Amino acid sequence: MDLYEYQARDMFEAHGVPVLRGITATTAEEARAAAAELGTPVVVVKAQVKTGGRGKAGGVKIARSPDEAAARAEEILGLDIKGHVVKTVMVTEGADIAEEYYFSVLLDRANRSYLAMCSKEGGMEIEQLAVERPEALARIPVDPITGIDQAKADEIVGAAGFDSADAAELARVFQLLGRVYTETDATLVEVNPLVKTGDGSIVALDGKVSLDENADFRHADHAALVDNSATDPLENAAKEKGLNYVKLDGSVGIIGNGAGLVMSTLDVVAYAGEEVAGKPKPANFLDIGGGASAEVMANGLEIILGDTQVQSVFVNVFGGITACDAVANGIVQAFQLLEGRGEAVTKPLVVRLDGNNAEEGRRILTEAALPGLEQVDTMDGAAKRAAELAAK
Amino acid sequence: MAIFLNNESKVIVQGMTGSEGRKHTSRMLASGTQVVGGVTPGKGGQSVDFALAGGESGGSTTAVPVFNSVGEAMAATGANVTVIFVPAKFTKAAVVEAIEAEIPLAVVITEGVPVKDSAEFFTLSQGSATRLIGPNCPGLISPGQANAGIIPADIAQAGRIGLVSKSGTLTYQMMYELRDIGFSSAVGIGGDPVIGTTHIDALQAFQDDPDTDAIVMIGEIGGDAEERAAEYIKANVTKPVVGYVAGFTAPEGKTMGHAGAIVSGSSGTASAKQEALEAAGVRVGKTPSETAQLMREIMQSATS
Repeated sequence: MDLYEYQARDMFEAHGVPVLRGITATTAEEARAAAAELGTPVVVVKAQVKTGGRGKAGGVKIARSPDEAAARAEEILGLDIKGHVVKTVMVTEGADIAEEYYFSVLLDRANRSYLAMCSKEGGMEIEQLAVERPEALARIPVDPITGIDQAKADEIVGAAGFDSADAAELARVFQLLGRVYTETDATLVEVNPLVKTGDGSIVALDGKVSLDENADFRHADHAALVDNSATDPLENAAKEKGLNYVKLDGSVGIIGNGAGLVMSTLDVVAYAGEEVAGKPKPANFLDIGGGASAEVMANGLEIILGDTQVQSVFVNVFGGITACDAVANGIVQAFQLLEGRGEAVTKPLVVRLDGNNAEEGRRILTEAALPGLEQVDTMDGAAKRAAELAAK
Repeated sequence: MAIFLNNESKVIVQGMTGSEGRKHTSRMLASGTQVVGGVTPGKGGQSVDFALAGGESGGSTTAVPVFNSVGEAMAATGANVTVIFVPAKFTKAAVVEAIEAEIPLAVVITEGVPVKDSAEFFTLSQGSATRLIGPNCPGLISPGQANAGIIPADIAQAGRIGLVSKSGTLTYQMMYELRDIGFSSAVGIGGDPVIGTTHIDALQAFQDDPDTDAIVMIGEIGGDAEERAAEYIKANVTKPVVGYVAGFTAPEGKTMGHAGAIVSGSSGTASAKQEALEAAGVRVGKTPSETAQLMREIMQSATS
């Protein structure tokens, strides 16, 4: 889960990382009040969106009075930044920036470890810097067991080539940011820019934090950070039912078991769709997991049929641990459940059952003779049929 | 032979007294695996009865002893493999215990393990006596010899293909497609961002295994493990390899179930992986069926 800047700011503050005061606002009036409360001669109005490049997109503006802050907020609220509509701004104190640095610590998948990255040249062009002058961006492996301790923080300061006058304070801040990373179960903590102000203090002026949802069980406070307002309504409905669903932009609904098999199903449907008029594409990713009970199947079908773009549905199940006869019974009961909910299945359904007890599963579906349900024995053949039905 | 697991493997199950642990211990036993003990702290001294349905043993049961710790279980039974089913909250402690007891192979089935925990126990395992597989994986099977995890034992017979895969159900699908030719070992390494055994580790083991003639490698979007495996194959693997990559149509920035299956930016895309594999001489199938067909051709030309 990616956090908004203001959430990252709060998290930094709670861990003692030096930050500026900031107040969120969702209207121009609130922004005016926030600027008045901060009371500094200069404030900055910053769009709260979970994407980069907001400065260039006009999402960060300076204001010299509460009235001006309200006017700037008015301009920024509602702005579309790379598909993210701004609903909240944060009004912060202005900073007297002398120098801009870059710091991050993140999960390093390739080395199955953590990596800290740091540069004396922070700011908006960090990605360009990383490509054009990689030597200006220090990359320091961090041991997951020891984290960023004093020695590691000193190493980072040295590798990035900071002046000795700032070394102690920077090392202190790096350790605090390392603690944010480990104590909150983050997979990314990035500060760009980390600034040195005119009076020589080090301040985190921006923050990006991604949290590992697998660790939510030990962070009761993380639930409050979830923001579903920008998520697709079908995805939210699926989440409430505990389904692993991602909405895509096509017309062939997909249900399968196992993330890898479902991803593979999307590909096979897309290939099949290229051969068909209108080139139908997969409408979604939906992994019903190993269980595939009637209720899960019914919930899955309900979500998929709630997508008005869907013209056909492909149920692709490989019976591994779950036997196909159980899956077939689940489908039959799902049809009944949905009819009971007043949402009878009206779109054609192509089912491919293979693996454990596949023959018995197919027999159950044949005997049930469900309206609009066809069976195809192979994954490739079933994908082709589902694409054809979506094109009709 | 086979890799990592064979008919001499003695398996213990951490979390055997839980519902998943019990169910899969029963399946492992039914497939002929020597499951010699379970580990549940505080329940040492008890035993759990498992029905040995069908097979040569008829309707008899076997009592599997429960121990308080991995070390105790190893001392009493000579176990050299542990399969871990404990809930995500307790997985790190269970894996650390297994590593400290120096068990040669620890297979972590549990899904939803925080990546911080995985990074910590992986770091601990480096330079230790323990090979880790997983977490969030189906485990591994050497058909006809032993089964450590949740891969259904009856999908495929024993044979001379080696399989390594990030995905559980695609492992089953591929084993099913090639069930008549059969497998030396099939290893599900899991799709999490931090895993113990990698594609490269399995490729190396299959290359060195005299009972494996050809290798199927299944990958999916996210990370650069497949690209690195491709480099490894080019330099070190002389046996034929066919590949499959899932996730060509997955949109960027969306998480598709596996924590690891995230595409961000240009690295980690299915196309990049396919190109890297093909540049290393690996034939890559467009669909699982086509991939199986490529392997079938290789195995048939080898025997004809």
